[in-house]
Amino acid sequence: MLNNIWAFMILTGIVWAAFHGNIAAVTQGLLDAAADAVSICITMLGVVAMWTGVLKIGERSGLIDRLAGRMEPILRFLFPELPADHPARRLIAVNMIANILGLGWAATPAGLQAMKELRQLEEERNSASSPGIASREMCTFLIINISSLQLIPVNMIAYRGQYGSAEPAAIVGPAIAATAASTLAAVVFCKMMNRRSGRSGRPD
Amino acid sequence: MRLILWLSDFLIPLTVLYIVGFGVLMRRPVYDDFVEGAKEGAGTVFSVFPTLVGLMTGVGALRSSGVLDALTDTLGQWMSAAGLPSPLLPVAVVKLFSSGAATGLALDIFKTYGPDSQLGLAASLMLSSTETVFYTMSIYFLSVNVKKTRYTLPGALLATAAGIAASIFLAGRL
Repeated sequence: MLNNIWAFMILTGIVWAAFHGNIAAVTQGLLDAAADAVSICITMLGVVAMWTGVLKIGERSGLIDRLAGRMEPILRFLFPELPADHPARRLIAVNMIANILGLGWAATPAGLQAMKELRQLEEERNSASSPGIASREMCTFLIINISSLQLIPVNMIAYRGQYGSAEPAAIVGPAIAATAASTLAAVVFCKMMNRRSGRSGRPD
Repeated sequence: MRLILWLSDFLIPLTVLYIVGFGVLMRRPVYDDFVEGAKEGAGTVFSVFPTLVGLMTGVGALRSSGVLDALTDTLGQWMSAAGLPSPLLPVAVVKLFSSGAATGLALDIFKTYGPDSQLGLAASLMLSSTETVFYTMSIYFLSVNVKKTRYTLPGALLATAAGIAASIFLAGRL
């Protein structure tokens, strides 16, 4: 899927540019994009290391376990097949809490580690099947993650203020409602898919 | 409103204060823990780097060639022909790939119509209640070498559509 989307982006871009006389712009665009990726990574390096450092303190002091405990009913509902004391539970909880608070930079490292744990779990479950197929837990986790969990859209409030809004924070209430709508759709969809497909790992 | 803005300002410092304070109360060697975690985080960023280069180059090709502009123009024309608020669909489509580019389009709407107009409110809500579907999926799945993503994309698009519909509906009621 991603292979096709990526190929589509690159090929359409270059062919389109060839027909519209934009080929020089594409040369520049490709190189600029690669350079942008480097500068994003350098920014990320600092911010992510800062958050994973702070989160490690929270992990070692037992604070994260406490918070994750409070998320437990939600996790049990969303991931009924995830073993009770699996390390992925805590990572998923951290990712969700950070997303709800709008700390996207703190959410990503925990989310990536959660994916690693989920893949290991899937390999243990069916060692014979080919790797590289998303498990039900992975699908659910990502769909919920992408449904957007952030309660207060801090950046958007700032932008609205910059552009002269009389009430920049007026969107907070409705934004929570819209986020709830998208997350509800995600949860219903995941629950339906889980019911339909049998055990995880099997093709749909 | 004032409380919310205050909260936005204090959210990050308070979170850090809470976590580090708790660590000190539990008599943890907080700085050692921090350094260890930071090391892990640096490793994560390095492992994501190739994916990021790939993705940004893809979006870069679409953007610099003019495909993205042509797409948003065409979509905008279809939308206005159908009597729907035309500048919103491009925001929604671009947000699937790039948060930065979508924010740019939303700021254009703020400039043209004002952030408190119905279009401005709808754009604000849409960006607040959706995520960059393709970006998030590639970073997460490619980091663990998963190629078959099964029903993740349909689910993510459905959630995004629900968020957009709710945003347009709510903006009309504000």
